[in-house]
Amino acid sequence: MIIRDLFKQLWKDRYARIALILLGMIYFALFFADFIAPYTKDFSDRTMAYVPPSKIFTIDEHGKFSRPYTYNYKREFDPVELRIVYSLDRSKKHYIKFFAQGQPYKFLGLIPMKRHLITTDKDGRLFLLGTDINGRDVFSRILFGGRISMTIGFLALFVLFPIGLLYGGIAGYFGGKVDVIMMRFAEAVMSIPSFYLLIILASILPSGMTSVQRFMLIVIILALIGWAGFARVVRGMVLSIKNQEYVQAAKSIGASRLRIIVKHILPQTTSFVIVAMTLSVPSYILSESGLSFLGLGIQQPDASWGNMLKEAQEYTNIIYRPWLLTPGFLIFIAVLAFNLIGDTIRDVLDPKSKVR
Amino acid sequence: MQILLYILKRILQTIPLLIIVSLISFFIIRLSPVDPLAELRLNPSVSKETLQKETERLGLDKPIIVQYGKWAKSFVKGDLGVTSNGEQVSTKLKERIPNTLLLTVVVIFLSWVVGIPLGVLAAVNWKSSFDRILTVLTSVGMAIPSFFFAVLLLIFAVKTGWFPVGGLTSSNFMEMSFVQKILDITHHLILPVTVLFTLSLAGLQRQMRGNLLDVLDSDYVKFARAKGVSEGKVIFKHALRNAVNPLITLLGFEFAGLLSGAALTEYVFQYPGLGRLILEAVLRSDINLVMASLMMGAIMLVVGNLIADILLIITDPRIRQGVQA
Repeated sequence: MIIRDLFKQLWKDRYARIALILLGMIYFALFFADFIAPYTKDFSDRTMAYVPPSKIFTIDEHGKFSRPYTYNYKREFDPVELRIVYSLDRSKKHYIKFFAQGQPYKFLGLIPMKRHLITTDKDGRLFLLGTDINGRDVFSRILFGGRISMTIGFLALFVLFPIGLLYGGIAGYFGGKVDVIMMRFAEAVMSIPSFYLLIILASILPSGMTSVQRFMLIVIILALIGWAGFARVVRGMVLSIKNQEYVQAAKSIGASRLRIIVKHILPQTTSFVIVAMTLSVPSYILSESGLSFLGLGIQQPDASWGNMLKEAQEYTNIIYRPWLLTPGFLIFIAVLAFNLIGDTIRDVLDPKSKVR
Repeated sequence: MQILLYILKRILQTIPLLIIVSLISFFIIRLSPVDPLAELRLNPSVSKETLQKETERLGLDKPIIVQYGKWAKSFVKGDLGVTSNGEQVSTKLKERIPNTLLLTVVVIFLSWVVGIPLGVLAAVNWKSSFDRILTVLTSVGMAIPSFFFAVLLLIFAVKTGWFPVGGLTSSNFMEMSFVQKILDITHHLILPVTVLFTLSLAGLQRQMRGNLLDVLDSDYVKFARAKGVSEGKVIFKHALRNAVNPLITLLGFEFAGLLSGAALTEYVFQYPGLGRLILEAVLRSDINLVMASLMMGAIMLVVGNLIADILLIITDPRIRQGVQA
């Protein structure tokens, strides 16, 4: 019920509403990625490396309106600049088709389908955001990569929060030596610069894992660096809650300590947990993208927004092929939207807070 | 006197903390399936004796707890072993740590000098258009991935040619006069500092604004106002000092965040700092170097927190009295 009220309040706020709609659109597109993307995740055309975004024409060469069409690119070698350039091959028009048959895929990995939202004819190539070094469609990969980038943070949170809650709950409730030892350990984890810890944990992952295994392990690693700070705050809250009368009452009727912690004390921290969760989603999105950017996170051929930006590390790429930077803007938009929602939630749950 | 004792106590408290940190790091690294000497073995310029010495120094043939003991003993003595290139780890660290410190200290200094006044201005003009614009700007600043921002600035540097693309010094640094050297380093620092400054400024300004708004809402400020104290005096004499204190506590964490953000920024700008060192070490699975730089990062962080605590004693009379009592 808290969630529904919260949502209503969020919807009332102009900025939060825009952020919610944006995120809704992003997640919608990611869910239907197979259908929206013109190409499958693994499609690559080696002859079409670093092709610029396809130009779409709606006015033909006679100056008349036409169905939207595009030209393929031709590969040429520029003898002056000594590099490969692409020019439009104006000999054949390729009309853009909607809801047409294209490459076969399995929708959500289950239902075999062939229709794509937008595609072109068989020998035409539609690269809405150009291609990467392997001739893979950047637009399609952004959609598939977003599935990873935008969910990994949430998954890490679902691993981290129970750990942090229980750890902080036990330390705070038991107090004394247990508390001292547990908190010293948490402080030690917090004393290692988190990004250093992150790259070290990622680097000891054995190679030769399947991409699903790697994904799960990165979720766990992300969770491993975040739980300590969270546990510390929970402990502080538990310390103040545990002396309240209703806890004494639960104790007097003989409830077990674990039951008191889990059933009676931790639920009191709900609003804090919600705030902390929304506020920390963006930092996990950023961590994952940073990790993949360095080549330690999600590995090729899988896409994530971070590892797509890996190519932007080369000067020639960022200067001649700016379309490779698109995932960076998407990360920016997603993080911005999450932050806006987080700020508003904080304002709603804590009337004294004046974030905005 | 009491204050000195307190500080001493705080310093002593960091020792068990660092021991736990080293234990955690050591076990993470050693339990990984990586042969710590693999690179060293493959490197033809590393002699058999060096290899033998390293094996003995690390006690690789012994159980892991003995290995940790050996490692800790030589770490305390200052012997950090050799890198996979056969260099001394300690020389490598001595070269890199000052660079990272330079970067982070400049960033912290700048963000405080700019962030605190901006936070105060936003809080005083709460809900004015100035406040709103700043809120939008800081939201943007907080949402840009540091490495992406760094890449964008690199494009800018390459296209305009106004800034050097990476490194900390020019190639002819050795021939420069002292003043030229300082100018050269400043020139190289501008872009990495801009990246980290943007991130850190946004967070700090928001914190300051939030804290000051909280304090301005409190009873004693209302009382001071009711008493007829001028608004300027209320803010600068009464509210500001209380609003800054939590920020000093956060200074240590800010430092931690900067160390992490700096790693990616250093990597993009090819800046010779600790973050890039640890990254390179990790990629080459250079265990000695990873372990040592991890410890250095932790020590820097712990010392940063310590400095924040000591600063708090100076600025907050309540804590000072608490210590003396």
